[in-house]
Amino acid sequence: MSDIIIDFLMAFLVGGAICAIAQVLINLTKLTAGKILVYFLLAGVLLQAFGVYEYLVNIGGAGATVPISGFGYLLANGAIKGAKEGLFGALTGGISAAAMGISAAIVFGYFFALIFKPKSKKN
Amino acid sequence: MKTKTKNNQNYLEYVSNIMPKTNEFQKIFRAFWVGGFICCIGQALRLLYQSVFSLSGDELAGFVSMTMIFLGALFTGIGIYDRIGKYAGGGSIVPITGFANSVVSPAMEFKSEGFIYGLASKMFVIAGPIIVFGTVASVLVGLGYYIYFMVV
Repeated sequence: MSDIIIDFLMAFLVGGAICAIAQVLINLTKLTAGKILVYFLLAGVLLQAFGVYEYLVNIGGAGATVPISGFGYLLANGAIKGAKEGLFGALTGGISAAAMGISAAIVFGYFFALIFKPKSKKN
Repeated sequence: MKTKTKNNQNYLEYVSNIMPKTNEFQKIFRAFWVGGFICCIGQALRLLYQSVFSLSGDELAGFVSMTMIFLGALFTGIGIYDRIGKYAGGGSIVPITGFANSVVSPAMEFKSEGFIYGLASKMFVIAGPIIVFGTVASVLVGLGYYIYFMVV
């Protein structure tokens, strides 16, 4: 039981820390949401390219995989695993690993945008 | 001319009095706890899928992020996610739910311009660059490791 509590605590701390870093960047540079997402994605790819992000995933669990940098980790990890099998795997491994995320974003995104009306920006 | 600048000054003072005072540390704290909380929802889903559906590895991670994207898209649709975003800033942008938000939000907004050039193309205003840079970076990493494995 205490293991589960520690898992949640670590997810909270690691995930919160990643988001806090993003907020510090926003405060200092006024970066827009799109740029923040791209930079964090690339940071995840780069860190996993050197095998570093994996440690963060082992420590933080969902705290490291839920942020967009975890998506970058998934891409890099897939590409590395694919590269072990050959050139085809090296080229397709990243997107194959990310396929679930991309499909989910497109399918759910499409249907929810279809169903719901935009809310007024006032509230 | 003098009165005009004085009026401007009064106006600026008036604006800064009325503006809600959120200091930088408060923003960081809000991003921290909301971001951490969203990750805890992910952790709860991991636990649930692990114990109930006995998923593991890539499958587990895949279904957890699928569910998170579903929730992000749903809460954007019903208009709650943007309110969370106003409070949490980076805490709502960086999690994968923020990625879903960046897909649904502009798509909903531009639906009136048609389903192809409105809804479908505007889904990728922010998601497009993410997929572009993600794909390019992953292919570079893959090629790098492919060459590395050949040499070593």
